[in-house]
Amino acid sequence: MKIVSPFPDANFSEHVAVSFDGQTHFLPKGTNLAAALLSAGITVFRNTPVSGAARAPYCMMGACFECLVEIDGVVRQACMMEVSEGLDIQHPQGRNSDDADL
Amino acid sequence: MRTFDLAVIGAGPAGMAAAVTAAKHGLTVALLDEQQRPGGQIYRDVDKASPERTEVLGRDYTHGRSLTTALRSASVDHIQGAVVWAIEDGFRISFTRDGAASQIGAEKILLATGALERPMPIPGWTLPGVMTAGAGQILLKQSGMIPEKAVLVGSGPLLYLLAAQMVRVGVPPLALVETQSWSDFKTASRNLFGALRGWRYLSKGLGLHSEILKARIPRYTGATDIAIEGTTNAEAVAFTAQGKRITLPCETALLHHGVVPNTQAARSLGARHLWDARQHCFSPELDGWGASSVQNLFIAGDSAGIGGAKAAEIAGQLAALKIAAECGKLAQDELERTAAPLKRARESELAARPFIDTAYPPYRPSLLPADETIICRCEEVTAGEIRRYATLGCLGPNQTKAFGRPGMGPCQGRYCGLTVTALLADANGTTPDETGHYRIRPPLKPVTLGELAAMGTQSDKVAK
Ligand SMILES: Cc1cc2nc3c(=O)[nH]c(=O)nc-3n(C[C@H](O)[C@H](O)[C@H](O)COP(=O)(O)OP(=O)(O)OC[C@H]3O[C@@H](n4cnc5c(N)ncnc54)[C@H](O)[C@@H]3O)c2cc1C
Ligand code: FES
Repeated sequence: MKIVSPFPDANFSEHVAVSFDGQTHFLPKGTNLAAALLSAGITVFRNTPVSGAARAPYCMMGACFECLVEIDGVVRQACMMEVSEGLDIQHPQGRNSDDADL
Repeated sequence: MRTFDLAVIGAGPAGMAAAVTAAKHGLTVALLDEQQRPGGQIYRDVDKASPERTEVLGRDYTHGRSLTTALRSASVDHIQGAVVWAIEDGFRISFTRDGAASQIGAEKILLATGALERPMPIPGWTLPGVMTAGAGQILLKQSGMIPEKAVLVGSGPLLYLLAAQMVRVGVPPLALVETQSWSDFKTASRNLFGALRGWRYLSKGLGLHSEILKARIPRYTGATDIAIEGTTNAEAVAFTAQGKRITLPCETALLHHGVVPNTQAARSLGARHLWDARQHCFSPELDGWGASSVQNLFIAGDSAGIGGAKAAEIAGQLAALKIAAECGKLAQDELERTAAPLKRARESELAARPFIDTAYPPYRPSLLPADETIICRCEEVTAGEIRRYATLGCLGPNQTKAFGRPGMGPCQGRYCGLTVTALLADANGTTPDETGHYRIRPPLKPVTLGELAAMGTQSDKVAK
């Protein structure tokens, strides 16, 4: 899957360093995190706790939870976050990570 | 805990219009939305979009600025980036914002939580590279991005809108694989007379079709046996059309066959819902003002039944007027007088709906998928497993939990609820109403212990 940005304005914003599974990516600050990761060529965000199948954003509106990633030990929806400097993102691990804590 | 006369959940057209109207009539109003900026789905990030982007998205999109502008100058506590995860009787609303949970109180609640895209379970729909058409549109509105080498699959106005927008940005889809057929259109034309009153929709639809035609995008209609092929990513869309098996290589597949009301919050409060046979979904039972079966709980916009953005805006205003009257801020005769033109406008907005609903019906095989198809994405439960539960005596969605884990993953049944109801109803020979829907309990969205821990210190500080 390849995401392109056909608008010139998207390229103007400042790019900041974000790490995904230990690899550094420079992403436009303030853009939607899931969109920015997809456009950086990341196609798999997580693996399901049941069969380990690869998953990636599906709805982009906070409803499907396919974009779950782990940031600072907390599992969050990448499609509901914005890119900020220094995000340290990991593949979520195990079943507990995708259940609600409550 | 701060308490408001009215709390509106959702800052799309319905919620924005309602909040502004209620504030104008002197109510104290809180408006909560999990998005960082107002707009909802249709007007997502409308205030942020560059001129190049708004040109692509069109006038129907920039109309949203009239609502966001009115909202900014109204006396409304707009709590942005607030994920509402519990609403308790009375009402007490719990939400998370910036990593901390808080609460507010409200005498009345208006749910304007909008729609979700109808789940489209087909083989391969869980592969990375498969998204909803709405997701494609969100990428465009919010981030100015669009997937390349995409095939659009399904039916309905939103599919054509996205195709036309992709043409306008110079990244056209590889093909349109449409599931509706000529016979659907013929059935729908019985509703054409009514639809003529909603001519704006029809002429807009024709305009989109001609844009797609001019761009020479390959189109296939009446597609069946659709599957997404690929090992770790979507690599092709395979389907049968006009008796031929066709495989279109692609990198992205964007699925869509209509939208359905997002009923999570209303269900968690116990509002009664009924099956809507024409729209193939559950909608809350409401009076003409949007009042639900739960006292002081109102619902407006697409979460009340699919009617589109303009109808949502009007419904928000109507509900707010009624709420203002119930709070003693508007006399009965004034309520009726102000509401009359709005009710007429809503009627003509909804006039094209029966035509649209029948011309672009859902893709049947996704309503009752084949046994091997995954229907619960979170827990990877197949349609066959749900059918097996039925043979073991499972009558309703809530009982499935005794057999397996469908609906128990993080999405809490948002994308399998309707399919589970349909499969059980079909297997047991019952109606969707008899079969029912998942019971929804808070939290509506996952909350972490860290967020809760921060609650004590934060709950009185509802920042603007
Ligand atoms: C992805 C998508 C794209 C669409 N695009 C178009 C389009 O381009 N043109 C068109 O005519 N129609 C479009 N529609 C149809 C759309 O439903 C209506 O046109 C219109 O947006 C409905 O307005 P609304 O006010 O009812 O709800 P919405 O505009 O959907 O607004 C609902 C709001 O509620 C918020 N919300 C929901 N649950 C919670 C919660 N628990 N906590 C906090 N906030 C919450 C959401 O963040 C959202 O902002 C789209 C629908 C979807 C699902
Ligand atoms: S992509 Fe669906 S919740 Fe983020």
